[in-house]
Amino acid sequence: MKKVLSRIYLVFIFILLYAPIAVLIVLSFNKSKTRAKWGGWTLEWYVKMFQDQAIMSALYNTLLIALLSALIATILGLLASFSLLSMKHRTRGFVLSLLDIPMLNAEIVTGISLMLIFIAIGQFLSHWGYTIEFGMMTVLIGHITFNIPYTVLSIMPKLRQINISTYEAALDLGASRWLAFRKVILPDIMSGVLSGFMLAFTLSLDDFVITHFTKGPGFDTLSTKIYTEVRKGIKPEMYALSTLLFASILLLILIFGRARRKTAASSQPAVY
Amino acid sequence: MSNKLIDLQHITKAFDGNVVLDDLNLYIRENEFLTLLGPSGCGKTTMLRIMGGFETPDRGSVIFDGKDITSLAPNKRQLNTVFQKYALFPHMSVAENIAFGLRIRKKSEDYIRDKIRYALKLVNLEGFEERTPDSLSGGQQQRIAIARAIVNEPKVLLLDEPLGALDLKLRQDMQYELIRLKNELGITFIYVTHDQEEALTMSDTIVVMNQGYIQQIGTPEDIYNEPKNAFVADFIGDSNIIDGTMIQDQLVEIFGVRFACVDTGFGTMKPVDVVIRPEDLELIPVGEDAEPDSPAYQTAVSRATQINPGFFEGTVSHVIFKGMHYEMEVQAKGFEWLVLSTRLFQVGTRVLMSVDPYNIQIMNKPESEDEMAVKLDEHL
Repeated sequence: MKKVLSRIYLVFIFILLYAPIAVLIVLSFNKSKTRAKWGGWTLEWYVKMFQDQAIMSALYNTLLIALLSALIATILGLLASFSLLSMKHRTRGFVLSLLDIPMLNAEIVTGISLMLIFIAIGQFLSHWGYTIEFGMMTVLIGHITFNIPYTVLSIMPKLRQINISTYEAALDLGASRWLAFRKVILPDIMSGVLSGFMLAFTLSLDDFVITHFTKGPGFDTLSTKIYTEVRKGIKPEMYALSTLLFASILLLILIFGRARRKTAASSQPAVY
Repeated sequence: MSNKLIDLQHITKAFDGNVVLDDLNLYIRENEFLTLLGPSGCGKTTMLRIMGGFETPDRGSVIFDGKDITSLAPNKRQLNTVFQKYALFPHMSVAENIAFGLRIRKKSEDYIRDKIRYALKLVNLEGFEERTPDSLSGGQQQRIAIARAIVNEPKVLLLDEPLGALDLKLRQDMQYELIRLKNELGITFIYVTHDQEEALTMSDTIVVMNQGYIQQIGTPEDIYNEPKNAFVADFIGDSNIIDGTMIQDQLVEIFGVRFACVDTGFGTMKPVDVVIRPEDLELIPVGEDAEPDSPAYQTAVSRATQINPGFFEGTVSHVIFKGMHYEMEVQAKGFEWLVLSTRLFQVGTRVLMSVDPYNIQIMNKPESEDEMAVKLDEHL
C-alpha cells in the first residue's frame, strides 16, 4: 500500500514538472491557431519559423554568442585555474570565494550592473569621440563574464588532481613547456575543460536576464526574441521555437552528463 | 681530481627566506654511484632538482662536462630523472611512455621499437608494451619510469627516492636491480634517499647532508666506520653516543672510567663525543650474587680487561629478538647502552661491558652550528 502511494506521488510530481513543457510541445504541432482547439498535427509552425528572418537571425546570434562566450570563458578559466593553483593556500581560498559571488548573485543585479558599466565606459570614451553600441559585443562580454566562474570551477578540481611531477618528467625527457602542457597536462584535465565548456555553452544559450540588459534595440537572441513576441500576442511559431530551444538544451544536458560521468569514473584512485 | 662530470660550486638556495642549501660544493665523477643521504628537509632533493634544472640556485653554478648549465632549461640537459612518485603519463601505454623522449628527438619508428624492447628487457618487464600504468604494481611502475629515462641514453641518471613507496622486500630486490643496471649501462647515478641502509648497499660514494650542509663525503665503509661527527654517527646505523673527556692521546674517560682507544691529536682534558656501535660492545656475564672479590667475578674482570683496561658493570634491562641477533639494552652508569649480540643474555643478567680500543670513535664536539658544516677540502 505504502509502495503504491509513493508511486502515485512520484508520478504526480513528474506530471507537475513536465506537464507545462509537454503542453508546449504538443501545441507546437497543433494545426489550429487557438490553444483551446486541437486541429490536428502539423509542421507548419516549424516551417514558418525557419522562414522568419528575425527568428533566424536571433538563432544565429544565440549560437554565435554561446559558442564564442563558452570558448573564451574556457580559455580564460583555464588560465585563471593555473594561476590559482600557484597561489598560496589562503589567497586561493579568498579568490575562489570571490568567484562564488557572481554565481550566487541575483542575475538581475549582474545584468543591471553590466549595463551600468557599459554606459559608464561609453560616457568615458565619448570624451575622445568613441561610443559603445549595445549589441552583439556587449552581450558577448556579459556572457563571458558570467561564464568564467563556472569554467574555473569545472577545471580547478581536475587540475588539482594532477601530479605535477608528470609535467616535470615531460620537461626532463626533452619536451618544451608548451609540448609538456599539451601532451601531459591537457589530456588529464580535458574532461574538466570540456564539461566547463558545455556548461558555459548551455548557460549562455538559455540566458535571458543578462542578455536583456546588455543588448541594444534591434539585437535579439532566442530568449529575448520569444519574450518580445509573446508580449505582442502569442504566435504558434513561438511554441515551435521554444520546443526547439528546450530540445537543444536537453541534448546538451545529456552530452554534459556523459562527460561528467566519464570524469567521475576517471577520477577514481587507481588501486595498487 | 680528473673527470669531474658534474661540479657544483658555491650553491646557495633559499625558499621564502629559509636557507635550504648554504654555499655547497660537490663534484661527481664519471661512472660514480653517488648517494645524497640525509633526513627530510636537509636539502638533498633540492640539490637533485638544481642538477635536473627544476630549480635555479640563488648563487653558485652547476658545471656539467666543463660547461656552465646553471640556467639551462631541463629539456636541454643531458640528464634524466626518475621521480619519487614514478610520474608516468597515465593516459599513455607503457610503450608510449618509454617512447616519449625518443619521439621528441625525432628518432625513427624502427629505432624506437628496438629501444623499447631493449629497455623493457633491461628492467625485466618484457611484453608489457601495451599495458597502462595504472594496471601495474608500484615496483613495475618504478621500473617503467627507469626504462623511460634510460632509453634517452643520458650521461647521468638522477633518482629521487625512487624506492620510497615500495615495501621492504621489493625495495631490497630493486636495490640489486639498480646496481646491476648501473653496471650494465656504465653511466653515473645520483641517488637521493633518507634510508641509510639503501645508501650503504648501493653507493660508491655517500654524501651525508643535514640542514643544507654537507656533513661528510666518503665510501660507505668510511662513513660507517669513521663518522666525522655525532650527526653522521647517529644517522648511519645505531650508535651509542656519549660525552667523554680525552685525557691524553689514546686514553678517554667515559662516566669516570678510563678506556684505551686509538685516537690521537685531540689534546689533553678535552671534552669530546664518543661513539660506540652497538655490535662492538662485548658483554661478559657475572654471577647474580658474585662478590667483587670472589673468584668468579675476578675471572670476568680479567676477561673484560683483556679487551680493554676500562669496563662498566651493568644489568640487562631489555631484550628484543631480531632474527639474526638480539638487541639488548644494558643499564650501566645511569645510561642505557644499546648492544647487539648473537648471544642472548636474559633480562636481569649482571654483565661486565667492554669494547675493543679500535672500536671507540672519538669526535670533536661541534662548537657552533657553523662548525657542523665540515670544511669540504679537509675530506677530499
